[in-house]
Amino acid sequence: MITATGLRKSYGDKVVLDGIDLSIPEGTIFSLLGPNGAGKTTTVQILSTLIPADGGTATIAGHDLARRTDDVRDAIGVTGQYSAVDKLLTGEENLLLIADLKHLSRRDGRKKTAELLERFDLVDAANKPAGAYSGGMQRRLDIAMTLVGDPRLIFLDEPTTGLDPRSRRGMWQMVRELVRDGVTIFLTTQYLEEADELADRIALLDHGKLIAEGTAEELKRLIPGGHILLTFTDTGSLDAARFALGAGVPDPDALTLQVPGDGSVRSVRDLLNRLDERGVAVAEMSVHTPDLDDVFLTLTGQKTETTA
Amino acid sequence: MSTLTLAARDSSTMVRRQLKRMIRYPSMTVMLVAMPVVFLLLFVYVFGGTLGAGIGGGPYVNYVTPGILLMAVLSAATGTAVSVAMDMTEGIVARFRTMRIARGSILAGHVVGSVIQQFLCMGVVLAVALAIGFRPNATPVEWVAVAGLMGVFSLAMTWLSVALGVKAPNVESASNAPMPLILLPFLGSGFVPTDSMPTVLRWFAEYQPFTPIMETLRGLLMGQPIGNSAIIAVAWCAGIGVLSYIWAKRLFNRS
Ligand SMILES: Nc1ncnc2c1ncn2[C@@H]1O[C@H](COP(=O)(O)OP(=O)(O)O)[C@@H](O)[C@H]1O
Ligand SMILES: [Mg+2]
Repeated sequence: MITATGLRKSYGDKVVLDGIDLSIPEGTIFSLLGPNGAGKTTTVQILSTLIPADGGTATIAGHDLARRTDDVRDAIGVTGQYSAVDKLLTGEENLLLIADLKHLSRRDGRKKTAELLERFDLVDAANKPAGAYSGGMQRRLDIAMTLVGDPRLIFLDEPTTGLDPRSRRGMWQMVRELVRDGVTIFLTTQYLEEADELADRIALLDHGKLIAEGTAEELKRLIPGGHILLTFTDTGSLDAARFALGAGVPDPDALTLQVPGDGSVRSVRDLLNRLDERGVAVAEMSVHTPDLDDVFLTLTGQKTETTA
Repeated sequence: MSTLTLAARDSSTMVRRQLKRMIRYPSMTVMLVAMPVVFLLLFVYVFGGTLGAGIGGGPYVNYVTPGILLMAVLSAATGTAVSVAMDMTEGIVARFRTMRIARGSILAGHVVGSVIQQFLCMGVVLAVALAIGFRPNATPVEWVAVAGLMGVFSLAMTWLSVALGVKAPNVESASNAPMPLILLPFLGSGFVPTDSMPTVLRWFAEYQPFTPIMETLRGLLMGQPIGNSAIIAVAWCAGIGVLSYIWAKRLFNRS
């Protein structure tokens, strides 16, 4: 759905994007993850025809981005980082406006508007000016406007930044529903949890460069540090376990043993079998797999903002 | 759909958007109309006695109304700059730009909406002026000419304020940018004849664009000689309009 090679963009001396390559299959959720200022919005602006790239090429929905801009526009829907609704118009008028600009017939426009108001829980607010909406409602209207022309590819630039946890869950739910309908989603976020939760593939963007790309699992595997934490009821069991496994860092005060491992089902089963054979009783067990936060920390040496 | 029908369709959608915004937010229009009306009443009732006596030749309201008509246009044009700046800073234009719509339709919506608003303002000013004793003796043909001149003036000022609105970094500065224009009727023949002014000011007043426009209006409405004012007035409007149009387009496409 999106193929991009060597995208570049600079503002004056400042290089904002330094050669971005992307390949996103149809019907998937792709997440561009990066801290503030990484270049996420710039990438979205280029791919959504808002600004031209200084270098590189891209094909979107089968059309060359630079030469067939209008065909690209027909295929996409964009929800930018900041709200793009007409605050003086009502929610319904906003949707009808977009329907007109998408050149739907009056009847289809009305139908689509009613459907979207219903779907985004805006029926009661339909006749109030959008300026009077809460942040979450404005976001929902914004996304509803993006969906008016039934785009096959949707860009969502930090769709949950500034939303309360409940609205955020609602947004995630909505994104999943869209993909079920076959739509491709390009989502940017600063939240590791969000990318992990939604995306089929994740790319990490830092200072205009992609520093890693893959599934959440693949990214987590990039770094060491996974372990299994066993807790015992007495020192005898702790020592027996240590002897049985021949590995691990004991903590006699906490009665825990930290065993290195990738946390896969097989390795956990193997470990428990060995303890079973020796008759060692385990009180509690927890598996710690590295999260994307660890990935970022390892790859960039910097901490990112998290939702925690 | 051909490019032309597409452009017409998108532009009319954008014009409808502007008209809806006006209806949704009438206090803005009321504020824009109030300014020239207040000036009209102030000048006729507070300063009119003295000024009128100085100028001679009939009630002062007959002299001052053309200048106030220009102020009505300028006041509404300030609203246009604000409305354009609001659009540019609020993200909705970014949305439009990622859609397959005729390029020029966004500004076209603003311009047509604004010209309609300006004629509304002029209508109100004219009605108030008539109510307080304005007695034009224009023939129907002359009225058509008045409307035509106000039309080209209004277009010129609208494109100028669209450019100022696109250029403004925020809404606040967009509302200040067209302010100096409002002074121009004062520094011309709007309120007193230019030959009553000190030399430097008189020179400026005689050659600035608004003076020939007001002289032409006065001529058409009150049946005074117009001379070559009409040609100069239309030339100024066309010049300002075309340059502003190019400037606005360039700014808009670059931003
Ligand atoms: N129009 C612009 N002019 C100058 N610098 C810009 C412009 N847009 C973005 N930048 C710079 O590019 C960098 C990346 O910005 P952006 O793409 O908005 O990052 P993100 O969305 O990841 O926070 C930032 O340092 C920002 O200051
Ligand atoms: Mg951003």
